[in-house]
Amino acid sequence: MSAVDTTFETLRSQGRKAFLPFVTAGDPNLNFTGKVLKELISRGASLCELGIPYSDPIADGPVIQASYTRVLDQNQKLADILKAAQTWTTELSAPIVSMVSYSIIHRQGLENYVTSAKAAGIAGAIVPDLLVEESAAFAEICRREDFSLIQLVTPTTPRERALQICETSTGFLYFVSVTGITGERTELPPEVVEQVGWLKARTDLPICIGFGISKPEHVKMLAPVADGLIVGSAIVRKIAEVEEKGEQAVLAEIGALADELITAINS
Amino acid sequence: MSDPISAVPNSSGRFGEFGGRYVPETLTRALDELAEEYAKARQDPQFQSQLTDLFNTFVGRPSPLYFAERLTEHCGGAEIWLKREDTNHTGAHKINNTLGQALLTLRMGKKRVIAETGAGQHGVATATACARFGLECIVYMGAEDIRRQAPNVFSMKLLGAEVRSVESGSRTLRDAINEAMRDWMSSVETTHYIIGSVVGPHPFPLIVRDFQSIIGQETRQQSLENFGCLPDRVVACVGGGSNAAGMFYPFVDDSDVELLGVEAGGHSDQPGDHASPLSFGEHGILHGSYSYVMQNEDGQTCDVHSISAGLDYPGVGPEHSYWKDTNRVQYTYCQDAEAMDAFDTLTRIEGILPALESSHAIAKAMECARELGPEK
Repeated sequence: MSAVDTTFETLRSQGRKAFLPFVTAGDPNLNFTGKVLKELISRGASLCELGIPYSDPIADGPVIQASYTRVLDQNQKLADILKAAQTWTTELSAPIVSMVSYSIIHRQGLENYVTSAKAAGIAGAIVPDLLVEESAAFAEICRREDFSLIQLVTPTTPRERALQICETSTGFLYFVSVTGITGERTELPPEVVEQVGWLKARTDLPICIGFGISKPEHVKMLAPVADGLIVGSAIVRKIAEVEEKGEQAVLAEIGALADELITAINS
Repeated sequence: MSDPISAVPNSSGRFGEFGGRYVPETLTRALDELAEEYAKARQDPQFQSQLTDLFNTFVGRPSPLYFAERLTEHCGGAEIWLKREDTNHTGAHKINNTLGQALLTLRMGKKRVIAETGAGQHGVATATACARFGLECIVYMGAEDIRRQAPNVFSMKLLGAEVRSVESGSRTLRDAINEAMRDWMSSVETTHYIIGSVVGPHPFPLIVRDFQSIIGQETRQQSLENFGCLPDRVVACVGGGSNAAGMFYPFVDDSDVELLGVEAGGHSDQPGDHASPLSFGEHGILHGSYSYVMQNEDGQTCDVHSISAGLDYPGVGPEHSYWKDTNRVQYTYCQDAEAMDAFDTLTRIEGILPALESSHAIAKAMECARELGPEK
């Protein structure tokens, strides 16, 4: 069992649901990313997603895309991220999974990516551009190394296919709430509740919903059917204001947002 | 006996090890639907005759195969013949693909089309096809390309297309593709993405190659008619590689015909100064397929440079990577200055103003003519 499996098992036994914040690694620097992760976990985040910046992130909206560009412009390397992660993960009480393009994994070598991420204390990967058809070789390595490979289902995924994805995904299933890219939305499509409910009746895998979630209203609508909720752009947007507002103010704002969302999730 | 080199891709969109589909799950259903619809259209005589009719009466095909007599004399070597895709409606080969894909859009019942463009030729060709069939058209174009290709932007707007400026990254073709993909992520249920080159996830590299293969098919037949045999060597420029794929594909099983692809050499061999992934790049993933790509040791796509916006791209179609690694096609590169010289020469000697993209191929064709000698 990976640390992700253990986390969801504990949450289930306690009748609680997960809050999964997303943070871009190195925005605006790795030191601050470590502080944000610590803050989020101290507020009750069950698991954190660490976004590995990529030059061509086609599933990401302007907020996360801009954060990736900011980091890559500073010439930050994957090795720098892993080195920093190694120091954070020894202190953090919740697991970290990487959100990473297959372009990066392929370039590192599949096996090498998994072993070096594991060595840095990272418990798994969400690979937004790796479809189930292309994932056999990587999934095999992840299984052997007990590294969670979290796969995605979207509103456009046919139901049969969604079940097939559930079979190969480990850790949890990432259910994308909207047909679109990451980024905050005013409203989320109500069908997602029915779609996730249908899947939940057919799989034991924890299902977490992400994309577009930023408000307590979203959380209240989705929490009853989900095992966890993922929030990315709303946090990354706050981090983008560090230069203007200062680290302490931004950490406080992120903490307050986390409190608000976690309360809504478990209300 | 092994399969002929033309027997690709397989059902997963693989050209040997290259190609495939590396995209977000959101796009899978639309790509499956497109692959299915194209497989049906390919077998449908009515679709084929509709496309042929458009090629003949709307595009003005076949385009001539022109004997460049004075250029041949100037080089003092083998005969140089030019396949005149510039005589097509809208002035480039891009229209062959956009008409085919516009027909597919109609078959799928979609009413909105998006496209990316670099030099603007694909944007104009998409806007033209959309105007012809009454489809809504949005073209993503890098801000840098909008600046250097202003006349094409004007044409697209006249044709009723909306041109959206892309300000991210290097503000060129690669970023325009990213933005078009992002649009498609949200609009995939009602919108078709007319990709302009033999790049992207399966089935795009197959579809675009097939629609562009009219170039090579005509050239093959015109060669037999004009000089009674197949050419000794065929030269084409390669950015994403749609014109070259269309030209080469009908010749790949003719082992006596040498094929030469010419990439954009920019101003030096240093990373960032050129756009030649087949000459200098690595195996990697970009824009949904596995191919040669210019990337750094972390898998981040590198900035590239070419004087010609249409070749200013860090990736290349997966079938070219397959042809390179199987040694069926030789690839070389031509620097900005050589291309400019070729542009000047052809313009003055033959009275033909070539595109800067094609000028790269002309420079190498002149070299080939000298090398092959007068008997060819």
